[in-house]
Amino acid sequence: MSLPSEILIKMYRAMLRIRRFEEQIWEVYTGGLMHGLAHLYIGEEAVAVGVCAALRDDDFITSTHRGHGHCVAKGGNLEAMMAEVMGRVTGHCRGKGGSMHIADMSVGILGANGIVGGGFGIATGAALSAQKRGTDQVAVCFFGDGASNQGIFFEVMNFAAIWKLPVIYVCENNHYGEYTPTGNVTAGKSIADRSLPFGIPSTTVDGSDAIAVYEATAQAVERARKGDGATLIECDTYRYRGHHVGDPGEGYRSKEEIESWMAKDPIQQLRTKILDDNIASGAELDAEEREVEKEMENALEAAKAAPYPDVAEVNQHVYA
Amino acid sequence: MSMREMTYGEAVKEAIAEEMRRDPTVFLMGEDVGKAGTVFKVLTGLHDEFGDDRVIDTPIAEAGLVGLGVGAALTGSRPIVDIMFGDFITLAMDQIVNQAAKLRYMSGGQAIVPITIRSTMGAGRSSAAQHSQSLHAWLAHIPGLKVAIPSTPADAKGLFKTAVRDDNPVVIYEDKMMYALKGMVPTEEDYTIPFGQADIKREGDDITLIATSSMVHVALEAADALAEQGISAEVVDPRTLVPLDRETLIESVIKTTRAVVIDEGYKSFGITGEIASIVYNGAFDYIDAPIARLGAMDVPVPFSKPLEDATIPTPEDVIHAVQDMKIIRR
Repeated sequence: MSLPSEILIKMYRAMLRIRRFEEQIWEVYTGGLMHGLAHLYIGEEAVAVGVCAALRDDDFITSTHRGHGHCVAKGGNLEAMMAEVMGRVTGHCRGKGGSMHIADMSVGILGANGIVGGGFGIATGAALSAQKRGTDQVAVCFFGDGASNQGIFFEVMNFAAIWKLPVIYVCENNHYGEYTPTGNVTAGKSIADRSLPFGIPSTTVDGSDAIAVYEATAQAVERARKGDGATLIECDTYRYRGHHVGDPGEGYRSKEEIESWMAKDPIQQLRTKILDDNIASGAELDAEEREVEKEMENALEAAKAAPYPDVAEVNQHVYA
Repeated sequence: MSMREMTYGEAVKEAIAEEMRRDPTVFLMGEDVGKAGTVFKVLTGLHDEFGDDRVIDTPIAEAGLVGLGVGAALTGSRPIVDIMFGDFITLAMDQIVNQAAKLRYMSGGQAIVPITIRSTMGAGRSSAAQHSQSLHAWLAHIPGLKVAIPSTPADAKGLFKTAVRDDNPVVIYEDKMMYALKGMVPTEEDYTIPFGQADIKREGDDITLIATSSMVHVALEAADALAEQGISAEVVDPRTLVPLDRETLIESVIKTTRAVVIDEGYKSFGITGEIASIVYNGAFDYIDAPIARLGAMDVPVPFSKPLEDATIPTPEDVIHAVQDMKIIRR
């Protein structure tokens, strides 16, 4: 299947936006403008982008503590995201959520989640709601290899299977749960196998290949919209950086391993494909890059200039 | 107001049925809520009226069940999730405490989570340590949740309907020992009871008995006995723990100058301690005796009947607590 060129360009641009956003976060964090925790998505961009490119605006996603990429890909606003991680009142969540809880309900981002596996119930419930309300919306649950060992993963797959819910479980297997190699703590040959006893089809894709991720997702979305139920997609991927800013990501991972993943960088891969297929010229892609750079600079400046929330807001939004 | 006599269980069922008729986005799901009408048989008939689509039997998987409810509530539905025994809420604590309670706040006010979680509480059925606890204080401790704890059929109906209509996560605890309790219940479809309004179940002058759920009936029985001794007890039922009607509790104690607080949760670190503290602070200048607190004994609920009975506050316990205050008769 060859994808329309506008989808390829859109995905390329989205990956650049994520990469630049995360590089900027690194600078903001180490520059002391951001507090708390920052878990960077650099290296995993093709997963969020490939998945979200196959979704509609009114579809839902749940994200993880490493969630910036999902939020950018689903249509989060860079300025509001940057302001949020800096705790400013102009953030998506008025500074109340921060990096691990970015949400934008207007584009179906039901929230990043600080609990590993925290999105399983919410995404599956959003799918149930879509079914009950008679829409053809689908819900995507992004989760990591670490979350695949949480009990609720198995509970929701059972629910999704018995009720044929329009939900897609997207596992980002980046091979480490924090600092622990996935294989040391995860039984079985693959995480993708885990849905098979429930009768939920699954597939494993190269998570550095945005096109492969898009195609797998598009198939799952079609199944879900038709009423045929859930799908599990395991994406083989890697984070270039440490678990969070502050963890160099070395020691527990070899230089060779890191370099081997960087050699098949998702953004470079898609760039090569676009150039090889004469979809756009190098100059055009460079122009995309400059635009993203400009957008990022504006977002950063706006966030820096934005005020912190008034302390009077501290007890607002506890209840509706 | 037109009224009809019904049991507490029937009142809950009527509230659910009315809300489901009124609002097509409301559905009920839980273990055995379908044809069985719950293990307590209080919801029989709902499945006949609303069918599989809206009265939904679920797997025994409380975390997933509540999690699905939260996700559905976040995206345009108003689910009622049934957790058969309050003890089982422990299996869904992440979903309730970390997800449902916090999504609105964490999203800066974008989200609403209109989920109603109904569950049971109360010992007395020889169901032992894992089917008898009253753990409502756990949830009352968490900002973002509302907790209702009705003591009569009328309150059960009115509070339940308010819970379903509320845009926040509400946990409503029904004491399973009260399902057969009868009372007059308003039949109007829009009969609701606002949260945060305590109800004076009996007026009195000498002492205030602040009691929740089935302990309201323990307090009323004690009040009858105290009346024979010439002591006039006022019985105040907060009805909702969150929000809590502090004013009514404080005003009553300002009037009577003494209080006993009775709740079936564990006494240590529980509801009675919180309420006593609120009353001390609000009525300090008027209080004539230390506030007494009665709660479940701080032991796992035992199976054997005489042991179990020893753990739950009784009317005699209330009377003894009042007698200890040496009220001078007026």
